[in-house]
Amino acid sequence: MNSIFSMSRKDVITFLIFSAVVLLMPIWLQPFGAAYPDLMQKFAIFGILAIGFNILFGLTGYLSFGHAAFLGAGSYAAVWTFKLFSMNPIPALIFAVIIAGLFALAIGYVSLRRSGIYFSILTLAFAQMSYNLAYSVLTPVTYGETGLQLALDDPRIADAAFGGGSDVALPVSNLFGMVNMNGIPGFYFCAIFLIIGFFITQRIFASPFGMMLRAIKSNQNRMSYTGFNTRPYTLTAFVISGMYAGLAGGLMAVTDPLAGAERMQWTASGEIVLMTILGGVGTLIGPVVGAWLIKYFENIFSSFNENVLHNLFAFLPEGIEKFVVEVTSMFVGEGWHLTLGLVFVLVVTFLPGGMMEGYRRIVDMFQKKDDGDGKASTKSDAATAPAE
Amino acid sequence: MTTNNENIVLHVADVHKTFGGLHALSDIDLQIEEGKTHAIIGPNGAGKSTLLNVVVGRLAPTRGAVVFDGQVLTGKQPHEINQVGVARVFQTPEIFPDLTVLQNVMIPALAKRDGDFKLNFLSSLEDEVEIREEAEHMLEDVGMKASKDMFASSLSRGDKRRMELAMCLMQHPRLLLLDEPTAGMSRHDTNTTIDLLKKIKERGMTKVIIEHDMHVVFSLADKISVLAGGRIIAEGTPEEVRNNPKVQEAYLGGAH
Ligand SMILES: Nc1ncnc2c1ncn2[C@@H]1O[C@H](COP(=O)(O)OP(=O)(O)O)[C@@H](O)[C@H]1O
Ligand SMILES: [Mg+2]
Repeated sequence: MNSIFSMSRKDVITFLIFSAVVLLMPIWLQPFGAAYPDLMQKFAIFGILAIGFNILFGLTGYLSFGHAAFLGAGSYAAVWTFKLFSMNPIPALIFAVIIAGLFALAIGYVSLRRSGIYFSILTLAFAQMSYNLAYSVLTPVTYGETGLQLALDDPRIADAAFGGGSDVALPVSNLFGMVNMNGIPGFYFCAIFLIIGFFITQRIFASPFGMMLRAIKSNQNRMSYTGFNTRPYTLTAFVISGMYAGLAGGLMAVTDPLAGAERMQWTASGEIVLMTILGGVGTLIGPVVGAWLIKYFENIFSSFNENVLHNLFAFLPEGIEKFVVEVTSMFVGEGWHLTLGLVFVLVVTFLPGGMMEGYRRIVDMFQKKDDGDGKASTKSDAATAPAE
Repeated sequence: MTTNNENIVLHVADVHKTFGGLHALSDIDLQIEEGKTHAIIGPNGAGKSTLLNVVVGRLAPTRGAVVFDGQVLTGKQPHEINQVGVARVFQTPEIFPDLTVLQNVMIPALAKRDGDFKLNFLSSLEDEVEIREEAEHMLEDVGMKASKDMFASSLSRGDKRRMELAMCLMQHPRLLLLDEPTAGMSRHDTNTTIDLLKKIKERGMTKVIIEHDMHVVFSLADKISVLAGGRIIAEGTPEEVRNNPKVQEAYLGGAH
């Protein structure tokens, strides 16, 4: 039994620091102007999405281009639970995770028959099919273009039974009628799931199961000739990461109870891939950092409009100002994706290991300066040790 | 199936393999005795690796079957074939380049327990003390203890090969297939490997070894089959094969 909590010292420290960073977000994000609940909820939710995706992509190397399908499935499942059962977020999340998991089981079962680019294409195709179905045939379930929303006359059987009756206003998701799921409490609710999700990921990374997944990524042939049936391993990783996505989708619905098909679109799937690669594929922290950076800069860049730019460059001479505003406006507001694309190209070209590689390079640089020639060996030891 | 049947652990029965119009293997009938070291020699392109590919399930034979210890292997998945006790060292090393040497050697030992899948993500790799110690011993045996924390990708070609051998030995297979295990090794490492393979022989493991180095072949093999153009052209003890005129001809005609 004691093996359940046997974590290495390094893992315990990482976990504690990570938890502190997440829980103290409302404080340390203030100087960045990002300490408001909506954005912090996004940080937590997309963090969950990215670390879950990393269990599949980072450990097994299978690049799914369809994870948004599970995100969307989770959202729909959660909103339906709100409508039919209760505004309590717990059953909604349980249902979201189960539905996304089943969905991932079905899609993964078929897609994992292929590897490499064919696997990616298959997942992309399944996700686009889900997106189209949500818009067309499945309208009775998804409410098509309008999206799935709460209504005053929803049955909500559990809430009705306990007398949390329907009033004139739409209800808000709440924990046992006590804590409402918007604002700061909503952030902390999501943050706790991010921390739990991070903990589980840490355990997977440090477990024999995690090593098997890495071995599959490294050489799947050798795995087979060594007596491993690799399919159940990759499928499990796929389902686990699908469940993380379902949890994230469920939390989106908890903080804002509606679900739309656009959550399943391929751009949403692509964003998950970008976050993971930008932060550092296969590292513990990287994907979370990637998710935070993208959501932070999306927030800043997309709020810029021409007026803001004119004010910003007002000090320039007339003609130049106009030109500068024209050029920069291509990269902000609606054009934010252009900036993201450029940054992505730069990172992949110069830092293929993402932000985490950048961090490691900086640390290495300082260590070299510090310990001179005396302890040159410690660095090369670190370089040959397995990545965490 | 002529002589003492019960001692035959591997029987390659009338196997043919064609690639398009190319007859890579024709009429191959090979019987390997339990506990013996059986060498397969022959010029490049003779079909030696193809033969092993058929045995481990990488290739399906066009005709014929492979029987191991009474079970038909043909049609089984590679991991199932490994699980019944067949391990292979490949001609180009098949290792886990992104993992450390120690992890490379630990994984095969976990295959018996976890091969058919086990979701033990709450346990930690740190708890696998027994298997780690076994792996460290094995690395000591093959003289690689010092590099246990290195990434496998940074090893020399000869060391990769030695590590792959260690990986196979961790499984205590009943049948070990070696495809040119000393290629790319220095004379010294080759001799260490020969000694190691001799030690295994004392423990009774059956081995099929493909080798170009005649020094290795004659110091290890109990029996030799000579393959040329996809056919077995001679078979016998090392002495018999050495003096066979057909063999000398094939080797003069071939690359080696
Ligand atoms: N997968 C394959 N597809 C097509 N031809 C192959 C394949 N594998 C081997 N061959 C051909 O079969 C012949 C035997 O190859 P091989 O078994 O590798 O010879 P060797 O005795 O040198 O190990 C060669 O002519 C080779 O080109
Ligand atoms: Mg060969």
